[in-house]
Amino acid sequence: MYSEEVMDHFRNPRNVGEIPDADGVGTVGNPVCGDMMTVYIKVQDNRIADIKFKTFGCGAAVATSSMVTELAKGKTLEEAVKITRSDVAEHLGGLPPIKMHCSNLAANALHSAIEDYLKRKGSK
Amino acid sequence: MKRVYFDYQAGSPVDSRVFEAMTPYFGIMFGNPSSTHGLGQEAKTAIEDARMKVASLIGARKKEEIIFTSGATESNNLALIGTAQRNKEKGDGIVTSTIEHISILNICKYLARQGFKVKHVPVDSYGLVDPTSVEKTISEKTILVSIMHANGEIGTIEPIAEIGRIAHAHGAAFHVDAVAAAGKIPVDVVGDKIDLLSLSSNDLYGPKGVGALYVNEGTRMAPILIGGGQERGLRSGTENVPAIIGMGRAAEIAAQEMGDESARLARLRDRLHAGIAKEIPYSYLNGHPAARLPNNLSMRFSYIEGESLVLSLDMEGIAVSSGSACSSKTLEPSHVLRAIGLAHQEAHGSLLFSLGRWNSDDDVDQVLSVLPSIVGRLRRMSPLTPKDLQV
Repeated sequence: MYSEEVMDHFRNPRNVGEIPDADGVGTVGNPVCGDMMTVYIKVQDNRIADIKFKTFGCGAAVATSSMVTELAKGKTLEEAVKITRSDVAEHLGGLPPIKMHCSNLAANALHSAIEDYLKRKGSK
Repeated sequence: MKRVYFDYQAGSPVDSRVFEAMTPYFGIMFGNPSSTHGLGQEAKTAIEDARMKVASLIGARKKEEIIFTSGATESNNLALIGTAQRNKEKGDGIVTSTIEHISILNICKYLARQGFKVKHVPVDSYGLVDPTSVEKTISEKTILVSIMHANGEIGTIEPIAEIGRIAHAHGAAFHVDAVAAAGKIPVDVVGDKIDLLSLSSNDLYGPKGVGALYVNEGTRMAPILIGGGQERGLRSGTENVPAIIGMGRAAEIAAQEMGDESARLARLRDRLHAGIAKEIPYSYLNGHPAARLPNNLSMRFSYIEGESLVLSLDMEGIAVSSGSACSSKTLEPSHVLRAIGLAHQEAHGSLLFSLGRWNSDDDVDQVLSVLPSIVGRLRRMSPLTPKDLQV
């Protein structure tokens, strides 16, 4: 059902956890739908210096969360906002078609965290 | 790694005694039961013997009341569509419940599109159908009431005798889906006044692709498969002889061993339940605590999602099912778990352990040795988990 890359990220998810003093936090999804994730970012010199996630959801939801944190870490904000859902799926060796829509929310969570950071920065 | 299987509800191996009984009918005993010659008549005798064994498992008076089909789905189709078509001059009402098997629910949708009026009675938080709500829902236009004997997902056993009495008092036929119940608890079509009853062979450790419908001899039915008139004209098509022989042998073994085997499975199931409840906080039983099948344990775990649990257990060699949307084709959580009043997120976090003939205490130990840490790991990863559970 899942690719080896998905199972690898499900088995050993990268960057699980919270950042208590995060510069931006993004939550997407809903437990009602079965998938919900929160992404925390720490920004230094316009780069994502640290990133962590927490996810409630299926194997694909956990793996996409883990993958998006790997893809985003160290990137500039401009680069990070360009990471798409299909980039995440591609780096995982593809997802089952039914999971492409519902469980592939991680890129949205990342974008939402960056938006939150920019909003906080703008209001300072 | 030793593999542990707790998903007998989804699929079971064929018992070696069953396999042995079937084997000759693939080879030297290949005759068509409709043929007049010796080879044909030997096959005919063998399927009549199998018919007797299936009749005996459910307490039917006559073996002719057993119609062999291709499985539970076809039995349910024949029962509902066959009864509806044959009795449409009499009425157009069908009463069923919200926790029936998906095949019953989808056949009812089909019949509703044909103009039949289908009503679903609700269940309580244990999954029990209240006979008084059947009484309130039924009318003189009702031609069929279909309620399952026991629910395979949560194990709850329904008060079918009482529901059957209500159906008959209103002149409706009574269909019972006994796929999950047969071979696990006693089934008595005469005592419970059942007109139609669906059975599956694989749930009795017989081969897949064969099942049966009990049709009480006084019940008015139309066939849904038209052909050479086999099976009293209710199910045409040359009989699947090896599979039918297998189902017969499986029914015979089930009848002989059910008492001891159900007690054994209930003890293992209760050990598994107690172990989980003790080791894992915020874990809850789904279904009725007492009126339940001996081989079923459905549990839900707060703050986490079922497919992740199934994958994690699979990595430890343990096969189970979940009630999660993510394991289904529809992306909806189990209709049964929703019908007993669970919120979506609770239904998503459910696991079904269905026990069977080859489970042992070792299997229970293996689950109990890994499940608490799996639940803990997923809870630490979940944004829904309260802080005090994150340690």
